[in-house]
Amino acid sequence: MKVEAKELEFQTSTAPQTGADLLIDLLKKEGVETLFGYPGGAVLPIYDAIYRAQGTIQHILFRHEQGMIHAAEGYARITGKPGVVIATSGPGATNLVTGITDAMMDSLPLVVFTGQVARNVIGTDAFQEADVMAITTPITKHNYQVRSIADLPRIVKEAFHIASTGRPGPVLVDIPKDISAGLLSEEPKEATINLPGYQPTTKPNPLQIKKLADSITKAKKPVILSGAGVLHGKASAELTAFAEQHQLPVVTTLLGLGTFPADSPLSLGMGGMHGTYAANMALYECDLLINFGARFDDRLTGNLKHFAPNAKVAHIDIDPAEIGKNVPTQIPIVSDSKEALTELRTETKESPNHEEWLETLKQYKQDYPLWFKHDSNGMCPQWVIEAVHKVTNGDAIVATDVGQHQMWAAQYYTFKQPHRWITSGGLGTMGFGFPAAIGAQIAAPDSTVVAIVGDGGFQMTLQELSIIYERNLPVKIIIVNNGALGMVRQWQELLHGNRISESILHTQPDFVKLAESYSIRGYRVDTQEELITVLPEVFAYNGPVLVDCRVLQQEKVFPMIAPGKGIHEMIGVKP
Amino acid sequence: MKRIITATVQDRSGVLYRVTGLLQRRQFNIESISVGPTETEGISKMTLVVEVEDEQRLEQVTKQLNKQIDVLKVSDITDKAIVARELALIKVASSSQLRSEINGIIDPFRALIIDVSKDSLAIQITGRPDKIDALIELLRPYGIKEIARTGLTALQRGHQPQVNELAAHALLK
Repeated sequence: MKVEAKELEFQTSTAPQTGADLLIDLLKKEGVETLFGYPGGAVLPIYDAIYRAQGTIQHILFRHEQGMIHAAEGYARITGKPGVVIATSGPGATNLVTGITDAMMDSLPLVVFTGQVARNVIGTDAFQEADVMAITTPITKHNYQVRSIADLPRIVKEAFHIASTGRPGPVLVDIPKDISAGLLSEEPKEATINLPGYQPTTKPNPLQIKKLADSITKAKKPVILSGAGVLHGKASAELTAFAEQHQLPVVTTLLGLGTFPADSPLSLGMGGMHGTYAANMALYECDLLINFGARFDDRLTGNLKHFAPNAKVAHIDIDPAEIGKNVPTQIPIVSDSKEALTELRTETKESPNHEEWLETLKQYKQDYPLWFKHDSNGMCPQWVIEAVHKVTNGDAIVATDVGQHQMWAAQYYTFKQPHRWITSGGLGTMGFGFPAAIGAQIAAPDSTVVAIVGDGGFQMTLQELSIIYERNLPVKIIIVNNGALGMVRQWQELLHGNRISESILHTQPDFVKLAESYSIRGYRVDTQEELITVLPEVFAYNGPVLVDCRVLQQEKVFPMIAPGKGIHEMIGVKP
Repeated sequence: MKRIITATVQDRSGVLYRVTGLLQRRQFNIESISVGPTETEGISKMTLVVEVEDEQRLEQVTKQLNKQIDVLKVSDITDKAIVARELALIKVASSSQLRSEINGIIDPFRALIIDVSKDSLAIQITGRPDKIDALIELLRPYGIKEIARTGLTALQRGHQPQVNELAAHALLK
């Protein structure tokens, strides 16, 4: 009963300076413009402070915590700044777990504030109490529980610093209700960061750079692998200039799409499980592999025994723990990608002599392009992506979910520029794409944003349709609808004896009516001709639109490296 | 192979969980862990004995520990000149007749009897883990009722010999 009496006291308090007011001030100081949030009991004091802030900080109310955190991820991917999330204690916090893990895997900066029950009831299994610190310790870069209002300025400052520097990642700050509701006893002091255990290395070791430069000059079969570290380092221009200067062919990872212009003759496209033949053979046959900011994920490398077996490996990464984790590395360089590329450009005096290699790769590209066959029975999903690419001139921001449509988007929506591609790579989170597109549109209100989603994943977070109507965010939703959990179905067909177990979605909502019920325009498209007519309309309209594209269910993503196989053992490289 | 790793950490709530959780998640087996304050206020030191398969895994464990914000310094001191000790308390069944016999066994180990009751003795021993293991084996025939061990804690010696002086270190082999 004591607790309630205390809470009552806070509610009737007229003094405006609470821990929550301080929090809002601190967020403004960090330059935060947008909050992705959902209120609840333990964050009521924070929402009071948001109310008192009178719109000086934008709050976007989502319909589910998972939706809002994916939106914050999309926002972070586009702006490079931390996405800021607020959720209540207990279920509010646990609903964030998938998004936090996703951000951790894909190195996205987030600062997540969760409410917590008051300090005197922590540990008593109080209403809406969850051990958020223990739950999120393995899935955050760091986390804090605020134990005293006096610590709040330092913790907020450190949280933003940790989230956005070094290898970016999510930081969670758990705030007990009596802290956010508590009154400030004195004027808060300017906080200083005190993190002796966190000093990321950003400048490369000059000796290692020299070693790499020499290796490049001597290489006969060099190849660059470009990953998302190049995005975080904002080093695409440097990478492109370096590759062009020395005629180095470039493979990108799934997350690294756009770091190197796909239309360059040096671009081999994406590598990995559904990468191009040329990219994978380059990784297999190279004698020097220069990895900029990719973490040699298993979906890229395939069976490690067969990955770059004859190559000297150089790995440039800001996270030392990634170097040598999966692939033995002869030239380790702990550095920010831009710093390393700048040094490397000065140090590399001579280009390699590798005409023959370039010729081989050119031949691979010519002989084994990506392929699909049109079918009179229906629309090919690959073609849908091509059509979207064409109508948006390849310049749109594209967010995807996870599965077949994601791979087709990666293959057929060829990116010329960085920071246009938002996808859940490491965690492979269904339900990610649509809310991530919302976050991207909030970050870039004037850009064309397309959410390419599957019918399965879209149904995991479609409640956020409310937001795009409410805020008139002109997100274009393209549902690549094959009535199935396509990638599961594909694996069952190819790897599980065609036993199609629970991967067909036999009933679905009428997506057009669904959109309309949210006051959003909807189209259903069954044929190529219809899509050709509809798409220009869709993209000319300045508002949200949903397009339900019915595509062939049987289509599979090729080429493919089956699990356990080497990178050179692709199937489906030719029709 | 067994390795002795020390980690200097910020003495903050949850830091032990961060370290043990990390090792569990990345499938490193912790044989023992001991934690205590250091000469500096607010800084603690952990001594971990871990089982790793190879050099690559060893590198991973130290790198992953170093990545933790609350971890200040990580050292693999297995191959350094170190002093390493563990403390064990052993309760042995013993009648008054057997007491002097047991005394004779523990004396060369420089162990102490720290509690005596009608039918048992409590023995305290400090030393390297193999020494403690040896005493436990000798005491086993008398009937060991209970054992409490602290896990290894270690310091680097003041003087580190040159590499060629380092005899093959037998501590954890």
